Amino acid sequence: MSISTVQDGVPAVPAPGPETVKADKRLHSRVGLLTVSPSVLALLVWMIVPLAMTIYFSLIRYNLLYPGENEFVGLENYYFFLTDEGFVHGALNTLWLVGATLLISVVAGVLIAVLVDTPFWGRGIVRVLLISPFFIMPTVSALVWKNLLLHPVSGVFAAVWNFFGATPVDWFAEYPLQAIILIVSWQWVPFAVLLLMTAMQSLDQEQKEAARLDGAGPIAIFWHITLPHLTRPIAVVVMIETIFLLSIFAEIFTTTGGGPGYETTNLAYLIYSQALLQFDVGMASAGGLVAVVIANIAAFILIRMIGKNLTEKA
Amino acid sequence: MADLTIRNLKKSFEDIDIIKGIDLDIKDHEFVVFVGPSGCGKSTLLRLIAGLEEVTSGSIHLDDRDITDVAPAKRDLAMVFQTYALYPHMTVRKNMSFALELAGVDKAEIDRKVDEAAQILELGHLLDRKPKALSGGQRQRVAIGRSIVRHPKIFLFDEPLSNLDAALRVQMRLELARLHHELKATMIYVTHDQVEAMTLADKVVVLNGGHIEQVGSPLELYHHPVNAFVAGFIGTPKMAFLKGKVKKADRAGVTVQLDCGPEYQLPLDGSRLKAGEPVTFGMRPEHIEVTAADASPFKVTLDVTEHLGADTFCYVKAQNGETLTVRAGGDYGGRFGEQVGLIPDLAHCHLFDEKGRAVPKPGAPAQAA
Amino acid sequence: MSMLTLKQSRRLQTVLIGGLAWLVALAIFFPIFWMILTSFKTEIDAFATPPQLFFTPTLENYVHIDARSDYFHFAWNSVVISFGSTLAGMLLAVPAAYSMAFFETKRTKSTLLWMLSTKMLPPVGVLVPIYLLFKDAGLLDTKTGLVIIYTLINLPIMVWMVYTYFKEIPKDILEAARLDGATPAQEIVRVLLPIGKGGLASTVLLSLILCWNEAFWSLNLTASSAAPLTAMVASYSSPEGLFWAKLSAVSTLACAPILIFGWLSQKQLVRGLSFGAVK
Repeated sequence: MSISTVQDGVPAVPAPGPETVKADKRLHSRVGLLTVSPSVLALLVWMIVPLAMTIYFSLIRYNLLYPGENEFVGLENYYFFLTDEGFVHGALNTLWLVGATLLISVVAGVLIAVLVDTPFWGRGIVRVLLISPFFIMPTVSALVWKNLLLHPVSGVFAAVWNFFGATPVDWFAEYPLQAIILIVSWQWVPFAVLLLMTAMQSLDQEQKEAARLDGAGPIAIFWHITLPHLTRPIAVVVMIETIFLLSIFAEIFTTTGGGPGYETTNLAYLIYSQALLQFDVGMASAGGLVAVVIANIAAFILIRMIGKNLTEKA
Repeated sequence: MADLTIRNLKKSFEDIDIIKGIDLDIKDHEFVVFVGPSGCGKSTLLRLIAGLEEVTSGSIHLDDRDITDVAPAKRDLAMVFQTYALYPHMTVRKNMSFALELAGVDKAEIDRKVDEAAQILELGHLLDRKPKALSGGQRQRVAIGRSIVRHPKIFLFDEPLSNLDAALRVQMRLELARLHHELKATMIYVTHDQVEAMTLADKVVVLNGGHIEQVGSPLELYHHPVNAFVAGFIGTPKMAFLKGKVKKADRAGVTVQLDCGPEYQLPLDGSRLKAGEPVTFGMRPEHIEVTAADASPFKVTLDVTEHLGADTFCYVKAQNGETLTVRAGGDYGGRFGEQVGLIPDLAHCHLFDEKGRAVPKPGAPAQAA
Repeated sequence: MSMLTLKQSRRLQTVLIGGLAWLVALAIFFPIFWMILTSFKTEIDAFATPPQLFFTPTLENYVHIDARSDYFHFAWNSVVISFGSTLAGMLLAVPAAYSMAFFETKRTKSTLLWMLSTKMLPPVGVLVPIYLLFKDAGLLDTKTGLVIIYTLINLPIMVWMVYTYFKEIPKDILEAARLDGATPAQEIVRVLLPIGKGGLASTVLLSLILCWNEAFWSLNLTASSAAPLTAMVASYSSPEGLFWAKLSAVSTLACAPILIFGWLSQKQLVRGLSFGAVK
C-alpha cells in the first residue's frame, strides 16, 4: 500500500462528541458543575440542617425527661453551660489532650522518622511495626491499654514496677488524663511517623552531603536541613490530628467515662453526657455550639497557617 | 487539500492579551514552524488552531470550512504534545487506536490503520508494550503514530523534541523531516529552538509578544530579517549588535560611525535615514574575519575562544566595552587578552534604525515591519 | 574509638541505629503483640500476676467468641457499613474531585478548604439533632443510618485525596483524549479512572480504615442490631465483661482485617493522606 493513502483518499474519521468549541467548553463546564454539586450539596445539608437545629434547640428549654415544656429561654442554656463546673474542666482537658498529643506525636514522629531513615537490618519490618497502632480501632486500644497494660494489679506496667521494687500505679485513678493522653498518643504517633518517614525519603541527599562538606555535624544537619524539609508534612500532621483529636470520644467512653469527677471529661464527652445521659438537649445544644465555635477558631487558625500551604502545591 | 487561513486572530485570558491579531496562510503540504521566545504566544496559537482554547475574535478556516468554533475532535487535526500525553494504562496499539475506537471504526479497519502507521514509524515490535516500557524516542514515535492513524488534514506539534536528549533530538528531527516528505502532510510545529525551526521548516513564523514578527523561508529570515528581533533570534551564535550613528545616508548607501571606533559604508538603501540618527549595526559571527590588530581599524581584545574543531568561536570585546562573537577557522590560535583586528563582510551586514526596523537593501521592496 | 577505621565506625553506627530503631518499634508494637498473645491464654493465665509470657496456648477464646457475643453479627455490620459508605463516598467524591482537578475555577480552592473545614465541625456539635432526626426517620440503630453518617464525615477527606491524585495526571492526557473525540463520560471511565486506579484504591483503603474504626457515631447511634465491631468491643468495658482473654481474642479479630489492609497499603495511603504534601 502506498503511503500517500494515509493522507489522501481516505475520508477523515468522524468523531463523536459536541460539534463546536463553545459547545465543548459548555459541556465540560456543565459537567464540571454537575459532578461537583452532589458532594457540595451533601456537605452543605450536612452542615446547615443539624447546625440550624442545634441553634434552635440551644435557645429553648428542651429536656427529654420533661416533654412539652419547650418555651424560649434565650441564652439561658449558654449561661448554664458556660458556668457549669464541667465546662471549664472540659475546655481545659480538651486543650491538654490536643496540645499534649500533638506535641508528643510531632516530636516523637520526627525523631523516629529520622531514626529509621538510614538503612539497617529489617527496616521494612520495623516500619510496619511502627505504624501498626494507627490501624487499631480506638475502642480496642483503649481497652487493651486499660486492662492489659495499665491495670494496677495484673497489667504489664504493674509487673514492671514490681520488678524494680516500686509500688504499681493505679493510672486511671491517679493520673487519669495522662493515661488517656498516653493512649491517644500511642494511636497518633504512628500517623506522624508514617507521613514524616515518607517525607524523609524525598530529602535531597546531595543537600546533606553538601552540608557535610561544609563541615556541618549531624545535629546541624538535622536542624538546618532535615527539619526545614519536614515543615510541610509536620503542618499536615498537625492539621489532620487536630481535626481528629478535638473530638476524641471513644477512648474516654471506654476507659474512664469522663471521671474521676470531671478529670478526663473533654468537651465532646461533656456534651455527650448532657445530651444522652442527662437528656438535657437544650444545654447540650448550647454546648455543641460552643464546641463548634472553638473548633472554628482552631480551624481558622490552622487554615490560615497551613491551608495556603496545602492548596499551593496540591 | 489542507490550506489553513487565519485572519485577525486574537486571544486574551482574563484581561491579558496573549495573541494580538494574527494573519497567516498555511498552504497544503507545508511544514510551518512557529518559533519565538517563551511567552510569545506560539503554544497558545497552536492550541487555538487545535481548538483547545476558545478564540476571542478572528477566524480560522481549514480549506473552505470555518473551523473557528468547531470542537477539537471535529477539526480533522491531530496534535502531538510536548509531554507526548500517551495514555499510560494502554498498550501502544491501544494508544494508537483509541480515537478510531471512539469514532466507532470497525475492528479490521482499525488494525489495518494501526499496522500501517506502526510500519511507517517502525513501531511494529512494540505494539504490545505500555508507554512506561518505552524510551523517550519511542514514546515520541507512538505519539506521532497516534496522530497518523487519524489521517488528519494537519498535524500539530507542540515542542515535541524538548524532552529528548541532544543526540536523540537530532535523530528525531531527521525522522520528522522524512515523515513530512513521506506523508506529504501539512504540519505545524512549535518550538523555541531556532535550530529546529531552520532545519525543519518550509516556512518559519517568528512570534514575539503575541504578534508575528516575520514569516518566511529559513534563508529569507537569515539573510533578510525585517527587524533586530528576528535578526537576533535566527542564527547561532547570535548576531552581534553594535551601536552607532548615521554619518551620511542616501539611496545608494549608508555610512555609519560605530561607537567603538570604525566607520563603515554599507550598500543599503538609506533614503529613510537622517544623518546623526542612532542606529544598530548587526553582523553575524560567520561574516567577520579576524586579522592582525594593525590590519583593521576595528580593534578588539580577545576574551574566551571556544574550539569546536571545524570552527573556533571567539568572544571579543570592543574598545568601548561592547562584546561580540566572531567565527574563525578551526585551528585559529589567538590567545586570551590578545589584540586583534576585525574585518566585517559589509555585503552581509545589517543595519537597524532606532525602532529596530531593518534598513532595506537597495531595490528591495519595502517590507512591512 | 579513635582506633576505629571509617568503615568500622560506619558499621558500628548502623548497628546502634538499627538496634535503637528495633527497640522503639517493638515498644510501640508491644500492646498489639500482648493483645494477640493474651487472646491465646486461658482466662486464668490472662489475669495472672505477674503477667505470663510463657503459657500453654489455647484456642478456646476464639471458639467461644461467637457463642458469647455473636461476633459474626457485629463483624458483618462492620463490613456492610464500611463497604457501603466507602462505595457511596467514592460515587460522590470521584466526580467532585474530577471537576475540581480539571475544571478549576476561582472558587475551587475555597470549596476544597470549605469541605475540609466541615471536617472540623465537631460531631458533638450536631449529635443531638442527628440523633433526633434519626429517631424520627427510624434510622437509629440501622446500618443505613451509619452508612449515611460515615459517608458524610469521610467525604471531605476522600474528595481531597482523589483530587490530589487527579492533580498528578497531566492535563495533556485529557486534552489528547478530547482531541481523540472522547466525551466527558468516556474521559472519566476510559482514561481517568484507569490511570488513577492506584490512588483510588488507596482512597478506598483509607475510607475502609476510617469507617471500620469509627467509634463516636457507632457508639451513639446504634444499640445492637446495627452495631459494628467498635461498639461491640466497647461493651466489654463494663465490669461484667472482664474476660480479658476473650476480650483480646475479640479485639484481635476486630482489628486483624484492617491491620493487614493497613500494612499492605501503607505506601499508597501516605501520599493521599498528606494531601500531596509528601511525595
